[in-house]
Amino acid sequence: MKNKASVVIVGGGITGTSTAFSLAKRGVKDIVLIEREGLASGATGRCGAGIRQQWGTFQNCLLARESMKVFENFQEVLGTDIDIELKQKGYLLLAYSEKEMDQFRRNVEVQHQLDIPSRLVSCREAKEIVPFLNTEKMLGGAFCPTDGHANPFLATKAYAKAAERLGVEILMKTEVKAITVVNDRIKGVHTSQGFIETDKVVNAAGGWSAQIGEMAGLHLPVYSERHEILVTEPVNPIMDPMVMSFSYNIYCQQTPHGSFIMGYGPQNEPRGYNVNATWQFLETMARKAAWLLPPLKNMRIVRQWAGLYNMSPDRQPIVCESEIVKGFFMGIGFSGHGFMIAPAVGTLLADLITGSPLTWDVVLDLGRYDRHETIAEPSVV
Amino acid sequence: MNDDKTIVCRCEDIDIETIRKLIDQGVTSLEEIKRITRCGMGPCQGKTCGPVIAREIAMKTGQPMEEILSPRSRPPFGGVLFQEVLEGIDDEE
Repeated sequence: MKNKASVVIVGGGITGTSTAFSLAKRGVKDIVLIEREGLASGATGRCGAGIRQQWGTFQNCLLARESMKVFENFQEVLGTDIDIELKQKGYLLLAYSEKEMDQFRRNVEVQHQLDIPSRLVSCREAKEIVPFLNTEKMLGGAFCPTDGHANPFLATKAYAKAAERLGVEILMKTEVKAITVVNDRIKGVHTSQGFIETDKVVNAAGGWSAQIGEMAGLHLPVYSERHEILVTEPVNPIMDPMVMSFSYNIYCQQTPHGSFIMGYGPQNEPRGYNVNATWQFLETMARKAAWLLPPLKNMRIVRQWAGLYNMSPDRQPIVCESEIVKGFFMGIGFSGHGFMIAPAVGTLLADLITGSPLTWDVVLDLGRYDRHETIAEPSVV
Repeated sequence: MNDDKTIVCRCEDIDIETIRKLIDQGVTSLEEIKRITRCGMGPCQGKTCGPVIAREIAMKTGQPMEEILSPRSRPPFGGVLFQEVLEGIDDEE
């Protein structure tokens, strides 16, 4: 293990590995990535694995579209032969009120400014996309054919391998114990394997990013919340897009592997680190899914699990350098959509760390909360 | 019979050669092998393939089986139909 590094990245999920790759690609040497367990063992490996470009703010659409460009050209961009199982069969968003339909209408206008090929659909058109969809009570929806899915485990592995090839040292089963800050500057990281001297730390610890902040004396405005999910046995391909509704509160997709993955946002979930699965989730999920997508009734559920959403005050990512502790960078608070924008976030963090102008004109800094400039994204689960 | 093509994971059709290649690459934990290959994510939840893969890891690394085999069985522990879950719900509303 190196005892000196130019940058220490904390977290071996998609954000940490994507940042490691982006930095190394720009020629930064002596990067160390520290992961407490294994690659994608936290939220990345537990997520719904969807990639959506249908957002309601220009900035989110931009980050999603730029990330999708990377997912589309993954092997070329990373120089890898790993196939991340990208599926672009769309996201079908369902509307159950005029208000929701109006929101989709406004969102589609924003998306079109960025050439995201989304459109509004009627119930009849929705049924053409998913023939067995129960359109009862539905007013219509929105559809973007280039949205889709990728395998988070393989994407993370590919980023990690590409980073290692460029010289990044990845330490697994290694835990950050403390961070040394002197005169508001990062001086080093104490790990379970020893001390690493560095003046730059990247907090990409997902569900545990608040703790990493505390180690540097920072109270970051994020907390973790359990979200549950389940998967069925694989069946023949019958459903093209991710089907999602904010008001009915569900997302459900069939992966290229054939299994259906689905979840919904919990009500009154306490803050914390509990990732146990519950029978309440199983029942509610079964009820929701069977009503909306009736053929699911005869499918077999094989696993349920949970992961942590790292929530920020406006449910939007925080990607910046701390204004209090110099050299403390963070990519945190993704609030459930970290995987799909990780390629763009890795680029932004590499911009910040190398002192380059941001590749895209976005505002994701922590200071936005003090300036009361929270991001009003209407379309989050 | 080609030994390398022996199926280790019957749920996901993964052969021993795939597992051995990963172990050679340094992927030496059940969790990591599961994430990369889906071994253990199928209907059997690793009850069949888990011990076999653990033995392969043990042979390569010399690590004791007990240390490798930390089975994480996910509910519902055996495949269950959505319909069966729905039938089990008491409709009190």
